[in-house]
Amino acid sequence: MNAADPLVLLVEDESQMRRFLRTTLPLHSFRVIESPTIREGLMSAASHHPQIVLLDLGLPDGDGVDFIRRLREWSRTPIIVLSARGRESDKVDALDAGADDYLTKPFGVDELLARMRVSLRHAADADGGSRDPILELGSLRIDLAAHDVTLDGQHLHLTPTEFRLLSLLARHAGKVLTQRQILREIWGVGAATQTHTLRVYMAQLRHKIEKDPARPQFLITEPGVGYRLRDPLP
Amino acid sequence: MIDSRARPDPQALLERVTAVEERERRSKLKIFFGFAPGVGKTYAMLESARQLRAEGVDVVVACVETHGRSETARLLDGLEVLPRKRIHYRGVQLEEVDLDAALQRKPALLLVDELAHTNAPGSRHVKRWQDVLELLDAGIDVYTTLNVQHVESLNDIVAEITTVRVRETIPDSILDRADEIELIDLPPDELLVRLREGKVYIPDLARHAAVNFFRRGNLLSLRELALRRTADHVDADVQEYREIHAIEGTAPTERLLVCVGAGPGSARLLRAGRRSAAALHAPWIAATVELTTRTPLSEEDRRRLEAHLILAESLGAKVVRLSGHRVVDSILEYARKNGITRILVGKSRHKLRLRLRAPIFEDIARQSGDIEVQVIGGDAEPAAPPNLDQDWISIRWKDYGAATLAVALATGFSELGFGLFGQPDVVMLYLLAIMIIGIRFGRGPSLFAAALSVASFDFFFVPPHYTFSISDVQYALTFGMMFAVGFVISTLTSRLRFQGAATRLREERTAALLALSREVGAAVDERHVAEAICRQATEVFGWPATILLPNEFGALVPFAEAGPVSYGPQESAVAHWAFELGKNAGWGTDTLPGSRIACFPLRAGETTFGVLALWPQEGDKALDRAHADLLEAFLRQSTLAIERARYAEEARTAALRAQNESLRNSLLSAVSHDLRTPIAAIIGSAATLRDSAGRLTEAQNKDLLETISEEGERLERLVSNLLQMMRLESGAVDLHREWIPLEEIVGSSLARIEKRSKERPIHIDLAKHLPPLFVDPILFEQLFVNLLENALKHTPEGTPIDISAQSNRDSVRIEVSDRGPGIAAESREKVFEKFVRGDSNVPGAGLGLAICAGIVTAHGGSISALSRDGGGVVFKIELPIGGEPPAVPVMEETRSLDARS
Repeated sequence: MNAADPLVLLVEDESQMRRFLRTTLPLHSFRVIESPTIREGLMSAASHHPQIVLLDLGLPDGDGVDFIRRLREWSRTPIIVLSARGRESDKVDALDAGADDYLTKPFGVDELLARMRVSLRHAADADGGSRDPILELGSLRIDLAAHDVTLDGQHLHLTPTEFRLLSLLARHAGKVLTQRQILREIWGVGAATQTHTLRVYMAQLRHKIEKDPARPQFLITEPGVGYRLRDPLP
Repeated sequence: MIDSRARPDPQALLERVTAVEERERRSKLKIFFGFAPGVGKTYAMLESARQLRAEGVDVVVACVETHGRSETARLLDGLEVLPRKRIHYRGVQLEEVDLDAALQRKPALLLVDELAHTNAPGSRHVKRWQDVLELLDAGIDVYTTLNVQHVESLNDIVAEITTVRVRETIPDSILDRADEIELIDLPPDELLVRLREGKVYIPDLARHAAVNFFRRGNLLSLRELALRRTADHVDADVQEYREIHAIEGTAPTERLLVCVGAGPGSARLLRAGRRSAAALHAPWIAATVELTTRTPLSEEDRRRLEAHLILAESLGAKVVRLSGHRVVDSILEYARKNGITRILVGKSRHKLRLRLRAPIFEDIARQSGDIEVQVIGGDAEPAAPPNLDQDWISIRWKDYGAATLAVALATGFSELGFGLFGQPDVVMLYLLAIMIIGIRFGRGPSLFAAALSVASFDFFFVPPHYTFSISDVQYALTFGMMFAVGFVISTLTSRLRFQGAATRLREERTAALLALSREVGAAVDERHVAEAICRQATEVFGWPATILLPNEFGALVPFAEAGPVSYGPQESAVAHWAFELGKNAGWGTDTLPGSRIACFPLRAGETTFGVLALWPQEGDKALDRAHADLLEAFLRQSTLAIERARYAEEARTAALRAQNESLRNSLLSAVSHDLRTPIAAIIGSAATLRDSAGRLTEAQNKDLLETISEEGERLERLVSNLLQMMRLESGAVDLHREWIPLEEIVGSSLARIEKRSKERPIHIDLAKHLPPLFVDPILFEQLFVNLLENALKHTPEGTPIDISAQSNRDSVRIEVSDRGPGIAAESREKVFEKFVRGDSNVPGAGLGLAICAGIVTAHGGSISALSRDGGGVVFKIELPIGGEPPAVPVMEETRSLDARS
């Protein structure tokens, strides 16, 4: 572990969770700082400028969504929220407020690392470098500039909306997008609650892209939350 | 006399303190009080308001009468004025305070001039002070102006002083409600100067009456009256303050009783009663006695009595109706029984009262014992000119004609049969006639018949015949007897009739209430209760009735009705008003009197449960006092009944919840074993790793760690199943339904069990055009995960699992099948019960399928387990199609962007 390793801010009040992550993360080349409360978390974020934040949504001294909003006022640091199963609405609120992804407790280390890597990569892309207009996910190839999608070398007929939908997911490949976020991007602010519309279009897209729509490889449904395009990179 | 420093009463003290706190919180009413028009009340009010405005208070003017006085008008500059509401009435355009606009604007302070003003017909309330009360209730502070002559309890005195009786009065309760009364004083001489300069606006008084009014002597007296009244108000505040801070007993020591009748002096007596009661800080009762021995009151008298009772209530008295043989006895009995310390009586006599008896006040004074009796003297107020004409008109000529006829018949009959029977028999015949007339037509006609009979008897049957002279003294006796008998019989029969009528009325009332309670007692839930109430209301009052109760969104909707009703937005507005403010509204009341519906809130204490609405027919008169009392009793019963139905419902729900509680307990105890096992394994493995660190092989280490990991996951599944089960059972599940294609649910549930299902072939066969399901996505994913996990657990490695789905017009059928050991016939139902395990060697609490069943049931579907042809189990789920999914907006999809294909 050296000073160039990415810094993780862990905002978590459960000491066991902190112990587990404090031990595990450095093994994967992360530095860790911990804050047991939201207040301290905000202060740490301001003073240490972490590369990524892990935020537990069950903190006693405040609302996780509040933390996210306040942080988002001055920072684009990726935030991954940790929450229990059955609290989907909390996750959705957090994501809509600016969090980048979520993990459901109990989660495995692999999942955690995968999500963290995706978020960091997107953050890096957003900051600096030109983004590659071509995305390759297994047999799926999306050319954002040329508006062209091929599967196993075959061109796919996509309607403009379907393409916009797919490219939105592709631009955030590996990250979850809430239904609301997708609807607002593609259909406009007023359509934020028309989830049925989204499902229909996702179903259409799924049928065009997936070999077996009931076992999707690319377009993953996150029930109660939204959708995710599977991360191309391991 | 009672010691005024009584023991402190904690209960009363608490009530007082609560009342004071309440008063702090409520909106403030300040009255600018004057003794005559022109003293400068409106000016002072505006000045005060401007001051507040400068301090930043949100002040709005609802109505201010400047009457063309420029100095006053100038004060309006800079103040926000609410436009008045225009009402057209009989070709004239009138302007009134726009109450709804004021309520919507909701300023901190509203200025409303002339509190005693009567609103134009078509306004919500009859009087402006009622408007002010509504504004205060809505949380708006109000400043207003008032002259002393408009105060109800002072009306008599003012009339005495000025000989002008003011008609627009406000009840004293408003002054009591006022938080501050500021007396606007002006030396009468100055006022007269102003009058001469034409600076005083004379409202309703005609010029010559104004001359009477504005006499120096009058003004001095009025000024004193106003001063005293203001002092009373202050005194009440001081008294209260003293009482609270000295923590003294607050039980009032006096109780007053005022006797009320139909006579004109009663109104004066009531006002005097109010003043006495206020001065003594004592509660007071207005009692009227319905005599059972008297003929019923005439229509006019009855109306006057009702008016007096209404006045009594508005002055703050409790109204009591007594009945008995004698006024004095009834009053004194009541007084003694209810701890009355002072009785007020008037001097006036009933106009029919014979001068033989002592006036009432003497009797009462003589027999009152310990109770003080105060006689309020003075002449009767100048009432409306006595309607003597009416009395004559009320004589029913028909009855007297019948009496004459009867006597004529008796005479004729006797003439014919005189030979056969003698004089005594003739007398009997006449008596018979008198009796019949008395029974049928009342006292007057029968007395007339008696007189006529005596005359006829004398004329026809007493020698010398056909003359009116009496030759024998004995006949004088006979005449006297006839007359007396006639009198007595007619009195008795008329009393009987009256009593009969009174009893019948009472019986009617009792029967109505009894019928209501019986009907309502039989009803089981709110709806039935409401229907019963409506039916009874229609029967008793003869008008169609509706019960309105709030629905789950809080809006008032008709719950039950009887008779033809048409409920539109106008009627709804009246009903809502009555409901929100807890006061009667509509036809026959002071609020929105022009509407076709009369609404009565069903109140229990401070809460209003609903509204009873009645639909009086065209041309019906307002309810008289007796019926109004009956209505009140009716409403109380109805409220109790509805309350009872609600509580019964709550009790049922509570019983259900208790059942759930016990279920939950059994669940916990049954499952603790299944929770403890993995915990034990984890603790054990971890402890071994920690203690025997160096002595374990690599493989053993790995083994233990694997155990910990697996058992941890198992524990997680178990706990989450448990929680899910508890949620489903307690009914606390909120279904967040969405229209979801089945393939999404299948996809995500397969993803969740990916790790455990690696070796298993899973075949999916979903019909082509399966409609989207209207389900909760998270619960349904859980459903599938449970079914799949169940299959994974109970079937051998490598055996396939099949998922298929089809739909028809009404429902969707989903099947999850395996090739495992299958299911015995008797287990098919049981397998969905809690804690039932297929194979006890397989770990698990037996909740998975129970949860599936719970989820399917919550969505209105059904699930069953069947044996599969060729071995294994098929779990069949049938879901009704929940309707049509919402339309998807069509977008520009005409061409595909891929031009190259």
